[in-house]
Amino acid sequence: MNLATFKGGVHPPEKKELSKEIPIQKSPLPDKVVVFMQQHTGAPAKPVVEVGQKVKTGQIIGEPGGFISAYVHSPVTGTVTEVKKISNIIFGKAVEAVVIQRESEDEWELLPHGDYEKFSKEELLDIIKKAGIVGLGGAMFPTHVKLNPPQDKKIDTLIINGAECEPYLTIDHRMMLEKSEEILIGIKIAKKILGVNNVYIGIESNKKDAIEFLKNKWKGQVIVVPLKTKYPQGAEKQLIYAITGKEVPRGGLPMDVGVVVQNVSTMYAIKEAVVDGKPLVERGLTLTGEAIKRPGNWWVRIGTPISWIVENLGEGFKEGIENVKVLMGGPMMGIPINNLDTPIVKGNNGITSLIPEEQRGTFCIRCSYCVDVCPMGLQPYLLDLLGKKRKYDEAVEVGLLDCIECGSCSYVCPAKIEHVKTIKLAKKVYRALRGGKK
Amino acid sequence: MMKLITGNAPHLRSKDTTSKVMIDVIIALIPALIGAWYFFGFYAFFLAILGAVVGEAFELFIMRYLRKDKSFVPNGSAAVTGILLAMNVSPATPWWVMILGLVFALGVAKHAFGGLGMNIFNPALAGRAFLLTSFPVYMTTWYKPALSFSKWIDIQTTATPLAILKEKGFSHMNVSYADLFFGSRAGSIGETSVLLLLIGFAYLVIRGRIKLMIPITYIGTVFLMSSIFYFVSPEKFGTPLFHILSGGLMLGALFMATDMVTSPMTPKGQAIFGIGCGLMTMLIRYFAGYPEGVSLSILLMNAFVPLIDRYTQPRIFGEVKS
Repeated sequence: MNLATFKGGVHPPEKKELSKEIPIQKSPLPDKVVVFMQQHTGAPAKPVVEVGQKVKTGQIIGEPGGFISAYVHSPVTGTVTEVKKISNIIFGKAVEAVVIQRESEDEWELLPHGDYEKFSKEELLDIIKKAGIVGLGGAMFPTHVKLNPPQDKKIDTLIINGAECEPYLTIDHRMMLEKSEEILIGIKIAKKILGVNNVYIGIESNKKDAIEFLKNKWKGQVIVVPLKTKYPQGAEKQLIYAITGKEVPRGGLPMDVGVVVQNVSTMYAIKEAVVDGKPLVERGLTLTGEAIKRPGNWWVRIGTPISWIVENLGEGFKEGIENVKVLMGGPMMGIPINNLDTPIVKGNNGITSLIPEEQRGTFCIRCSYCVDVCPMGLQPYLLDLLGKKRKYDEAVEVGLLDCIECGSCSYVCPAKIEHVKTIKLAKKVYRALRGGKK
Repeated sequence: MMKLITGNAPHLRSKDTTSKVMIDVIIALIPALIGAWYFFGFYAFFLAILGAVVGEAFELFIMRYLRKDKSFVPNGSAAVTGILLAMNVSPATPWWVMILGLVFALGVAKHAFGGLGMNIFNPALAGRAFLLTSFPVYMTTWYKPALSFSKWIDIQTTATPLAILKEKGFSHMNVSYADLFFGSRAGSIGETSVLLLLIGFAYLVIRGRIKLMIPITYIGTVFLMSSIFYFVSPEKFGTPLFHILSGGLMLGALFMATDMVTSPMTPKGQAIFGIGCGLMTMLIRYFAGYPEGVSLSILLMNAFVPLIDRYTQPRIFGEVKS
C-alpha cells in the first residue's frame, strides 16, 4: 500500500501499546477543579463569577477577552472558592483561574441545542463559540474563528486530523473507534458551516483497525486516507501536504490553500455542543508513560488537577522511581509540569509520565541528520548556531519563523543538541526585539 | 521522595550518540585493517592500533589539561582520526613519525580550530599533509604486498600503480584490475583493497552514517573525467576503471571526503563538494607533480565547505519559487 506522507520526519518508539486497547472510561468527578481563564490562543477570558457564587456544570464563568478568545465554563456543580492568578506553565505566565469546590452531582446548564440541520451557519458558529470549543489536538485555537475564515479565502477542503503521530498518545485512536457516529455528526456540522464537500480524514497506518472501521462506517461521506506512520505526520502543514499535495505557503495558514484542519476530538465536542447543548467542560485524554501504574484513556473534567488524576485514575506512580517527568501532552511536544497540582486544560490530549534519562552530549559533529529529518526543509543546526550567537535576523532569513517546533532535529541528534530550546528562545527574543511589527 | 523533573521538548531522544557514530566508523574500517595485516604484515595493523590509542590519549590530555575541561569523556573521534591517519601512510612508516603526524592532526588541525565539530580540515588528511612535507621519504616509499599475515613488512620496495602510470605509461602497468580490486598492490596501509573498503562502506550505508551524495558524485566525476582523457590518450592517462580502483580514491571518496565534520550539510552542497574533489583529484593525477591527488583535493575542498554551505540553502517548505 502506498501511504501518503511528507519529506523528512523521524520514527520514535510508538509506545502506544501501553493504552491503545483500553476503552475510554468515565472518570469520577473531582472534588475541586482549577479552571484557567486562558485555555486557548489569543486573549485570556475575563472571569464573570465571584468567590462564594454557586455555579452549575456548563455555566459560563469566563467571557472572551477579545476577538480571538474563548468562553470558559464551570466543569462541575459547586461553589467558587477562589479567583486568583496562578502560574500557567502552558502560556508561561500567571493567568487568572477560578477554583471551584464541587458540592453535588452535575446540574447542567445547557446551550440551545437540537437537530443541527435546523440551525443556520451563523447559529451553529454561535453555539460553538458559546460552548468554548478550541482545537483539542493541542493548539487550542478557538474553533469558531477557525471555522469562519475571511470571505476572500475560498475553502474547499476539510481535513480531519486522526494522525495522532505523538508517541504514547492513544485518545484520538480510541475516539475514532468508540465515537465514530458522534464525530461524523460533528464533521457534518463543520461541513455545513464551511460549505465544503471534500472531507478527508488522515490516520497513521499504525491504527489499522481505525482505518478499516472508518472506511466502512463513513463510506461515501469521508475519504479515509491512510498515512505513513512517521512523526510529525499530524502537524497541520505536513498533514495537508500528505493528503492534498498542497504546500501551505511560508508564513501562511491552511486557509491559504483552501483547507481547514480539525482534530477528531474537536469534532466530537462540536456534536456535544450543538446536538446535546453541552459546552466544553470535559475531554478525553490518555494517561500513560512508564512511570504510571495504570495507563488508560479517560473522560476527564477540565480543571482536574493532574495529581488527582495520577492518584485516582492512574493508581499513582510506580514504586522505586526517584525522578519523574510529567508532561501535558506527548513526549515530543508535551510540556513538563513543575507542579503536580497543575490542572487539565482544554488542549490536554494526554498526561505522559516518563522516567527521565540523562544523556551526555558533545559539540555538533555536522552529521546533517537534523537537516535530513526537518519536515520544514530547515537547517536546525544552523538555527541553533545562529540562535546561540544571537544573530536573530540571520536566523529569520534561514527560516527561524518557519520552524514548527516538532523536535525531530533534537530527537535524532547524536550530539544531543537542544535545537528546539534555542529556536523557541530565539523566536521569543526576535519577536520582542522587533516589537510585534512585521 | 520522588522528584519532578522538567526540561525541554522533545522529551524522547534517540539512543544515538556521537560515540556510537564513531564506533560505527571504526567498525567499518576493520575489514581494511585486517586486509592491511594480510598485505603488509602485522606492523601495518599495529600502526592503526597505535593511532587509535595514542589519538584518544592525546585528546584526553588536550581536553583535560590544556583546555581545562575536567568533565571531558573520550568520544572515539580521536581514535577514528588515528586509524584514518595510519591508513593513509606507508606500511613501513616509523611509529614515531606516525605519532608526530597524529600530534599535528589533533593538536593543530582539530583542537587549534576549536575541537570536535569545529575543525575546517579533515584532521587525518591534515596530519598526512604535514608528514608528506616533513618526511617525504618515509611517506613515499612503498612496498610490495607480502600476502601472508606476516609479522613484518616485506622489505622489497616498489612503485605504486599511479606512479608507474605517471612515469612510464599505462602499458608498463604491473598489476591487474583484480589486484587493484582485491588489494594486492603497493600503496598506503588502508587504501589498497577496494573490496574491503566497500564492505566497510556498505556497513556505514546500512547504519545511515554516510552523506551518500559525496562518494557518488566524487567517483562519478572521476569516471567521467577519466573517460574523456582515456579517448585523448589511453597510454598517457590510463583507463577510467584504473583510476577508480587505484591510489587512494576509494579510501578518500568513501571514508575521508565523507567525514561528517568537514563536509557540507545539504545534498546539493555535498554534490558540489564531491564533484570538486573529483575534478581536483584528476587534475593533480594528470598534470601535477604528484602521482596521487586524493588527499590534497579533499583538503582543498574542505576549505570551501563554509562557502558551499552558505550558498546551498535547501528549499524551505512552502517557499514559493521566485
